[in-house]
Amino acid sequence: MGDDIMSYNGGVALAMKGKECVAIACDKRYGVQNKTIATNFTKIFQYVLFENVSFFLKVQTVSERLRFRTNLYELREQRKLKPLVLYNMLTNLLYERRFGPYFVYALVIGLDPKTGETYVFDSDNIGAISDNVNLATVGTASDYIFGLGELFFKPNMNADELFEATSQALLNGVDRDSASGWGAVVYVVEKDKVTVRELKGRQD
Amino acid sequence: MSERYGFSLTTFSPSGKLVQIEYALNAVNAGSPAVGIKASNGVVLATEKKSKSLLHDDRTIHKIEPICKNIGLVYSGMGPDYRLLVQKARKLGQEYMLIYEQNVPPTQLVKRVADVMQEYTQSGGVRPFGVSLLICGYDYDEDRPFLYQCDPSGSYFPWKATAIGRNYINGKTFLEKRYSDQLALEDAVHTAILTLKESFEGQMTEDNIEIGICDKEGFRRLTPAEVKDYLAQIG
Repeated sequence: MGDDIMSYNGGVALAMKGKECVAIACDKRYGVQNKTIATNFTKIFQYVLFENVSFFLKVQTVSERLRFRTNLYELREQRKLKPLVLYNMLTNLLYERRFGPYFVYALVIGLDPKTGETYVFDSDNIGAISDNVNLATVGTASDYIFGLGELFFKPNMNADELFEATSQALLNGVDRDSASGWGAVVYVVEKDKVTVRELKGRQD
Repeated sequence: MSERYGFSLTTFSPSGKLVQIEYALNAVNAGSPAVGIKASNGVVLATEKKSKSLLHDDRTIHKIEPICKNIGLVYSGMGPDYRLLVQKARKLGQEYMLIYEQNVPPTQLVKRVADVMQEYTQSGGVRPFGVSLLICGYDYDEDRPFLYQCDPSGSYFPWKATAIGRNYINGKTFLEKRYSDQLALEDAVHTAILTLKESFEGQMTEDNIEIGICDKEGFRRLTPAEVKDYLAQIG
C-alpha cells in the first residue's frame, strides 16, 4: 500500500450518466492497509446522492458536516437542495480545510426530477471542482474502473443498460486491486425512484 | 459595536414598548417618500430625490442601489444609515454566492439584512438604524418577483405594494385603490410615479425622482432619459 494516506483504507466508487438516470456504485471493503476488517462498508450517503472514499473517520465527519449544512439550508430556505448547490457546498466545505485537508475524494451525483437533467461531479480532497461529466471514478482502483467505464459507456443509456454498464465496470475493475472489492452496491437514480442493488463479486 | 458599553441602549418601557424603535420609525416617517409595487412579472421601486440646493450635482448620488444581480434596495430615513446597510447587504449577498455559487434569493437576503437591523436594537452601545428599507428581487427558483419592507426593529413584511416615508398613509390608501394582481411592470411604473406625485411638492422631473425595476433579467436603475419618457406619458 505504501505511505499514501489516500490509499490507507482502500475502496473505490464509480458514477455514470444515462438518459434521465444516473448511477453510482461503490465496493464494500473496509480495510487498514493490507488487513481487511469489514466487508459491508458502503460509502454512499444520500442527500441527493453523495459518496466518499478513503479514510473512514473523515468519511463520517465530512458526510456528517455536510448533512449539518444541508439540513440548515433546507430549513432556512424551505426548499430542497439542487445537485449543483450541494456540490458547491461540499467543495466549499473541503476547501475550508485547505491546509489540513479531509482525506476524502468525493463523487456527487444528482437528478433534477422536473427537467430530467443529470449531474455527475467529482472532487479531490481540497474541493477542486469538475465539470458535469459522463463518468467519474475515485479510489484506489479508480484508473482500472475508469478504463472499463469508458469502454462500457454509451450516451443516452436507459436505466437497465446503465446499471449493467456501471456494475460490470466496477466489479471487473476491482479484481485488479487488492484494496477494493468484496462485492458492490449500485444505486440507480431515476426521476421517480432510486433502485439499490447489492452485487456479489469475488470475495477476495 | 462599542467596546465600552456592555448593555443595550434600547430598553423596554413599562408599557412593553421599545421607545428607541418608535423614535427610529419617526425618523423614517420624516424621510422622503419611497414606493414599491410588485407586478406580475417584476417589481418597481420609486423614490423622491429632492436636493436642497440648485448647486447640488445630483447625478452621482443614488438612493436606489443594486445589491446583486437580482436584488435592489431603496429607503426612507437617514441616508448614512442606509449606506451602511447597503454595504452589509452586498457583502451578505456575496458571502452566499461564495458558498453556494448561486444568486441569493430575495427571501434569504431579507432575513439576513433584517437580522443585522435587529442586532442593532439589542447589542451594547448602538442605536437602531433610522431607515426602513424596501427590498425588491426576483427569485429564479420560484420564478417570481418579491417585494419586502425591513423596519428598524428588524421585522420584515412581504408586500404587493407599499409606501414608506412622508405621507405613507396617503400613499398606501392610493395604492390600495390602484393595485391589481394583473398589473404588468409598465403599468406598475406608472402607478408608482402617480403615487409619488400625490405627496410631491413642485414639478416632477427626471432629476428629482429615481426609479428602479427588477424583472427576470435582473435589477437595474432607470436612466434619467427613461424616467423622462415615463413622466411624459403621465403628462
